[in-house]
Amino acid sequence: MFQFDFDIILKTLPYLLKEGMVFTLTLTALAAFGGLVLGTVLALMRLSTLPGLALFATGYVNLMRSLPLVLVIFWFYFLVPYIGQAILRTERPVEVGAFASALITFTLFEAAYFSEIMRAGIQSVPKGQLSAGYALGLTYRQVMSYVVVPQALRNMLPVILTQTIVLFQDTSLVYVISITDFLGAASKVAQRDGRLIEMYIFAAFVYFLISFLASLLVRRLQARTAIIR
Amino acid sequence: MSSSAAPMIEMAAVSKWYSPQFQVLKDCTTSVDRGEVVVVCGPSGSGKSTLIKCVNALEPFQAGTIRVDGINLSDPGTNLPKLRARIGMVFQHFELFPHLRITENLCLAQEKVLGRSREEAMAKGRALLDRVGLSEHAEKFPGQLSGGQQQRVAIARALAMDPIAMLFDEPTSALDPEMITEVLDVMVELAREGMTMMVVTHEMGFARKVAHRVVFMDRGEIIEDRSKDEFFGSPRSDRAQLFLSKILSH
Repeated sequence: MFQFDFDIILKTLPYLLKEGMVFTLTLTALAAFGGLVLGTVLALMRLSTLPGLALFATGYVNLMRSLPLVLVIFWFYFLVPYIGQAILRTERPVEVGAFASALITFTLFEAAYFSEIMRAGIQSVPKGQLSAGYALGLTYRQVMSYVVVPQALRNMLPVILTQTIVLFQDTSLVYVISITDFLGAASKVAQRDGRLIEMYIFAAFVYFLISFLASLLVRRLQARTAIIR
Repeated sequence: MSSSAAPMIEMAAVSKWYSPQFQVLKDCTTSVDRGEVVVVCGPSGSGKSTLIKCVNALEPFQAGTIRVDGINLSDPGTNLPKLRARIGMVFQHFELFPHLRITENLCLAQEKVLGRSREEAMAKGRALLDRVGLSEHAEKFPGQLSGGQQQRVAIARALAMDPIAMLFDEPTSALDPEMITEVLDVMVELAREGMTMMVVTHEMGFARKVAHRVVFMDRGEIIEDRSKDEFFGSPRSDRAQLFLSKILSH
């Protein structure tokens, strides 16, 4: 008869949280922030009237969205050192830590998704708002930074946060480059102590709890941050 | 060079096409002198909004020239943002920035474009807000104000830039009837103070009260451009007569 062992969870909890969850949350927060910034730039490029910029951004977004995330993680992990070598002209491949590599990958990957969200957000701002900005003497850059993007961000905040929750779950894919995130830590304990059922159920529970609570929060926030019209 | 004798706004043979087949403005020539109030009227779709948006280059045009304070808009050397900052514009749908408080709406361009300090911009903004009678709403968001109040804030926002001229694009068309007066009152006061104004509007009462000249447009053309008294007294064109009879019939 199988005995569910709660002790193993309690005993390893500090390790799971400190080693694993801190990494997972850090990666999620940094990649979401970087992805949003880069995604906004991509969205502006895509909406630009300069055909070169628009073409580049469209190509980038389509490429990223057509590749499996795991593949991109792998690819960057093995390739970034050589790209670094080529750029910095060093003798050996540049050593990029696993964390840096993961962060770059997720930022670049998420940027493609965030750029589509921001594109929709920017297009949701009425044209008259741009006219009003220009009429006051603001430049294109100022109209975008003070009038359009802030409104786009606010309009899109629920979608951005929902995408971030997806990202939070996706960060578990870093196991392919042997990084210990939350799932990785749970997995290590499970293998070491032969407690697969306990650890994977617990990991699933934690992911569910955090994601579920976060989406509840998003719904609350949505009502509060909506622009009064 | 600008001189005080030259008109503030000069349009010469301005034409605009949306496509080769569709011409929205046909050889429009008119001017607005310093301190003059010119009302532009005409049936909807006649191109009057397009015309006024050409004055601060919000709408591009393909032929003709527009000079504002002597500066040619089509000159590649013209710094359009800098020129626009000197021309106030009020829109049909107010276009206050909904994510910013009223005070921030008033200060944004003063700080970012004119480089004024926050204190300076705030003082100016508050004084103008007081002038349009909305001091108590300073910390609200635009969405919390009525249409008439928003439009008065929009006028204050434009005035905060110390404009040399003001453009009004159907400023009362989106308002409920009971709010039209409060906006027109502000505009009348402005006109009486000697502000140079170009106003697209159907409010013939306003035109009679403060306009010096009336420009009547139809199908992209300026049909009549005459003094107010001449226009209302004896409009020469059939189209203007028809328009006036429709708009003044009740």
